[in-house]
Amino acid sequence: MAVRRFPVEATHILMFARAINDANPIYSDQEYAKRSEVGRIIAPPTFAQASAQFDPDYFLRPKVDQPWFGSGKEPTGRPAGAGGGGPAGLHAEQEFIFHRHVSPGDVLTAEVKPGKEWEKEGRRGGKLRFRETIVEYRDQNGELVITGRGVGVQPEKVVEQG
Amino acid sequence: MALKASKLKVGDEHKETVVDNLSRTQIVMYAGASGDYNPLHSDEVFTTKVAGYPSVFAHGMLTMGMTGRMLTNWVGDGRLTRYGVRFVAQVWPGDSLTATATVEALRQEGGQHFVDLAVSTVNQNGQEVVKGSASARIDP
Repeated sequence: MAVRRFPVEATHILMFARAINDANPIYSDQEYAKRSEVGRIIAPPTFAQASAQFDPDYFLRPKVDQPWFGSGKEPTGRPAGAGGGGPAGLHAEQEFIFHRHVSPGDVLTAEVKPGKEWEKEGRRGGKLRFRETIVEYRDQNGELVITGRGVGVQPEKVVEQG
Repeated sequence: MALKASKLKVGDEHKETVVDNLSRTQIVMYAGASGDYNPLHSDEVFTTKVAGYPSVFAHGMLTMGMTGRMLTNWVGDGRLTRYGVRFVAQVWPGDSLTATATVEALRQEGGQHFVDLAVSTVNQNGQEVVKGSASARIDP
């Protein structure tokens, strides 16, 4: 995943704040934001994750005129013989370091760097494969604004409710 | 309202209910806003029949986002310098989540005060779903 242009927009921030159940006016009310300590609308801390919207190759978004692996006529749109689905990768860890909080009007890029990889025995058997990625979000001036560190895990078995 | 180093001590905590009876619609809103349309979070047919889970479940990032609301409500807007979590257990439709931040350390760097927080979010059964830490810039 690399994102060449992630324009931070007020409507997107409003939708994201609603999606995380947060009615804080700092995310949507310009007048309130102006009078606040920050002085401007900012994005919620985890908003950088929405850069997925601007990644042309993001694999968890249906693409125009391409089959999608979710259900339609059948429980999966995967072509027959392409495998039954199996356990999907899950998000194991996420961290953000905020060098500055972004605002509408910022235009970010996201550069992805591979991190560590390791394996662990799952609590219910089966190997868990962990993979770390570092994402550097820079603004229109090339300044580093957010550093993200994500860890994905690929279980061999379906993860049951703990 | 920013926190003040002079009024905080190790062990102080702040707790908020960040969602009550999580709806599938809330999860769909998160999919739409974040761009993560993984069917495991919104497509009950795929998730139960193909992936083998008992139902759809929330994005880990939705729980992290809702937990972040508790943090920003306490430390103030624009004050977080770091926020990280591990996704410990899945969050299901119908869950109610309570997020807590506990002061672990107060420190000064270059004249600026910071607080280091332990973060934990539990469901209605007291099971931890997210465990993490955060740091924020605070007033003297």
